[in-house]
Amino acid sequence: MGGYGAYVWTCFAMTVVVFVICEWRARLRQRRVYRDIEVRIKALGDTQ
Amino acid sequence: MWKFIHKLASPPHFYGLAASMIPWFVVPGLFLVAYGAYAGLFVAPMDYQQGDAFRIIYVHVPSAYLSMMTYMIMATSAGIGLIWRIKLAHAVAAAAAPIGAWFTFLALATGSIWGKPMWGTWWEWGDPRLTSELIMLFLYFGYMALRGAIDDTAKADKSSAVLALVGAVNVPIIHFSVEWWSSLHQGPTLVRKGGPAMDTAMLYPLLAMILGFTFLFGALLLRRVRAEVLYRERRTRWVREMILSKGT
Amino acid sequence: MTGDAPAMLAGMLGVIRRDLLLAWKRPGDILNPLFFFVMVAALFPLAVGPSPEQLEFSGPAVLWVAALLAMLLSLNSLFLSDFEDGSLDQMLVSPVPLPALALGKSIMHWLTSGLPLVLISPVVAITFRMPASVTGFLMITLLLGTISLSLLGSIGAALTVGLHRGTALLSLLILPLAMPVLIFGARTVSLVAAGDGVAGGLYFLGAYAVLVLSFAPFATAAALRISNE
Repeated sequence: MGGYGAYVWTCFAMTVVVFVICEWRARLRQRRVYRDIEVRIKALGDTQ
Repeated sequence: MWKFIHKLASPPHFYGLAASMIPWFVVPGLFLVAYGAYAGLFVAPMDYQQGDAFRIIYVHVPSAYLSMMTYMIMATSAGIGLIWRIKLAHAVAAAAAPIGAWFTFLALATGSIWGKPMWGTWWEWGDPRLTSELIMLFLYFGYMALRGAIDDTAKADKSSAVLALVGAVNVPIIHFSVEWWSSLHQGPTLVRKGGPAMDTAMLYPLLAMILGFTFLFGALLLRRVRAEVLYRERRTRWVREMILSKGT
Repeated sequence: MTGDAPAMLAGMLGVIRRDLLLAWKRPGDILNPLFFFVMVAALFPLAVGPSPEQLEFSGPAVLWVAALLAMLLSLNSLFLSDFEDGSLDQMLVSPVPLPALALGKSIMHWLTSGLPLVLISPVVAITFRMPASVTGFLMITLLLGTISLSLLGSIGAALTVGLHRGTALLSLLILPLAMPVLIFGARTVSLVAAGDGVAGGLYFLGAYAVLVLSFAPFATAAALRISNE
């Protein structure tokens, strides 16, 4: 990489990290919301 | 036409449709990015002025482009939500903001790393593109802060929509004024990042990267909008029935 | 839109007159931002050092940044008292179109914070060794720029009215939008000081004020309705 390897690879690695973070945060939110609703429905079902 | 749009924008329909659409974005996106990254890193010839450091543009330009496009998507869907009262549009705007902020951050970080070997400094105020990206990041922060400060979802949607629209009017003006501002400054002569006179062996990987990033962004957006829709519809009957029947 | 032009004008003038009267009875509302402006401007020479060349060089930037911050400071209370005493509800149901009333509030804000800043700026400029010809341009850019800032700021104030932690949030919303005004305002004054042409910057500030005038009252009105639901 003609002496610029560290810069170039850091940039590509950061890109991968940003994509992974975005994907992970989206999945995490989906899971949390889903679980919260599940818990609430169960609680409602128990009281009825 | 209206019927079709209303059906598409109905939350249960969208929730199912989005799940089946995500692979159609992920697969071509990954292929394009894999090709673009390989060709950009190893096949494209070295730039005679910038050496191998120019290869950073293969991630910098797509993320800078996405940061602008995401703001426009956010403002457009916020406007649609405000005018036609389509709830899904507000969910799209809410989901787009954090992704846009991440890509803006990525554009700033890679631009700054590119600047180190090129200008000899991590940050060059004389470069209008980096400066506009910084202001872009502030715009995203303001939007997300306003959303976070309002508890009621419907009110947060509308307030932040007004802000996004006012911001969208200002984005081109900010770019123009930053260009004017930096043109006054007789700083280091900056090497042009890319340009129309680019070699095709350099250009095709870049186009593949831009397209690939857009596809992957689409997948990210769909996933986030799904979570957002699920949250907003948490008290509805269809969500209840779906969860009782163990759907995802 | 309902209401004819004279009624709109009367409603707007009514808002301005009432708020000016209120400001007259509480002079602190006008004076505090002015003191703030002077103090922020005084911070820089203390931090940078008394070197005349440096002061002359940084004067336009310092004065502009201080003016921008002072404008922000007074924005927070723009709709606050109306919100608390219920007159905002009256404005929302009044037959006069809300954008006209919102424009009235913006004009009021400019009269009580923008205009005093413009008038006091020559005094502060003298301490930065700014020549009289440059000071004239400083006043013109501040005049045009603060109009845009009052109009833009009203949108932010309307969006954040009734929210906790409103002040910091308001700055976060308005500062990025205010960048073009700051860039053109401060740079135009620096250009005058360096003996360059200034017409471009002044045209821009004027055009921007007209542009903001065309949409800000409507955005402020929409934001007020949303905030009061």
